[in-house]
Amino acid sequence: MSLLPILDVVLAGLVIGVAIFTITARELFASVVGYVAYGLLLAFVWIRLYAPDVALTEAAVGSGVTGVLLITAGKRLGALKNAAPEAQPGFAFKLLTGVLAALVASALGAVILMLPDPPPSLAPEAAAAADGAGAGLGNPITAVLMSYRSLDTMLEKIVLILAVVGVWSVGTDKAWGSAPAPLRQQEPYAPMVFLAQMLAPVGALIAIHIFWTGANAPGGAFQGGALLAAMWMVTMMARLTDPPRIDTQWLRVALVAGPAVFLISGLAGEVVAGAFFAYPPSLAKPIILFIEAFMVLSIAAALPMLVAGPPSERPD
Amino acid sequence: MIALLDLFSIAAISAGTFFFLAGTVGLLRFPDSLTRLHALTKADNLGLGLVALGLIPHADSALSALKLIVIWVLVLLSGGSTSQLIGRALRRGRK
Repeated sequence: MSLLPILDVVLAGLVIGVAIFTITARELFASVVGYVAYGLLLAFVWIRLYAPDVALTEAAVGSGVTGVLLITAGKRLGALKNAAPEAQPGFAFKLLTGVLAALVASALGAVILMLPDPPPSLAPEAAAAADGAGAGLGNPITAVLMSYRSLDTMLEKIVLILAVVGVWSVGTDKAWGSAPAPLRQQEPYAPMVFLAQMLAPVGALIAIHIFWTGANAPGGAFQGGALLAAMWMVTMMARLTDPPRIDTQWLRVALVAGPAVFLISGLAGEVVAGAFFAYPPSLAKPIILFIEAFMVLSIAAALPMLVAGPPSERPD
Repeated sequence: MIALLDLFSIAAISAGTFFFLAGTVGLLRFPDSLTRLHALTKADNLGLGLVALGLIPHADSALSALKLIVIWVLVLLSGGSTSQLIGRALRRGRK
């Protein structure tokens, strides 16, 4: 098979080409489209590196949800531009920004070049640990995420909640507690409604499948949650449903459910299995799936709320 | 029998890649967005359909064959709907 290396080189070249296009595109929208294409190409790169779990996450979060976030942000920026005359940053400011960016880039490059050979890795240790505590899970990635690095995984979800709180706090005092503005202002459009009605049930089913299969095969809570979030966003874009008020009880419970259940299980592990975030080996799989189910819920609630934006004052 | 199935796969996947190639050429060469949209849908609908059809005889199980079909149907659904959305955005832009 001498064809695959050529394909890999072409793929790598494409990634770099699209990355350059994304940075140099003059128009914001073109840049965002370039970024989404870049994310999808990166997903292919991960597949070629035999990391389907990362590829799924990249496609769902890095390209899909981030793409929607960026398009929405771009639209809001456009609205701001029309409202206020734009103050052009001075030359010194631009120079300083450029120098800082170059410094960060070269520092990152230097760190990578200075890596000892072989690079330090916790992978063998993690794989061994996954065999122990996460026994019963066929997917070592999920085992590592949920039992070897469980604190990291929990803190990731807390970061998501903090991000939602940050977005909400941008709204005015008067709007606090009300719902974010609908994702689309115009009337429902028949093809969009059709797409949402056909896709959302199937997508939700696939999301649950990806979460469930994540115990034994590529997949998992984040990928499933992101897909579920996307389905909620599609129905909101079709105006089949509007964003909920941010003081709704169920929304807040859904947001904190994942980390809360994770933390409680971790504390229970201290009592039952003798260590924080340890699970009794015989029950590891059901406990991990139980925690992950709530994390799916939290992710599916948090991502659309990030896209929907701060609460709006308009009574709609 | 196996050889016949292989022959079928080769024929279907070749036809599928032909549609992808033709769709890409159209995307690059057609003069405006609506005709480019037309070229793109041929690649998505027929191209992917034929590739999926060609892969079905080589699927491990009936379930993975079904998954291939589901992927094609989902792409058909999203492709058709987004073409409508892009088409409407174009029509609005022209007015």
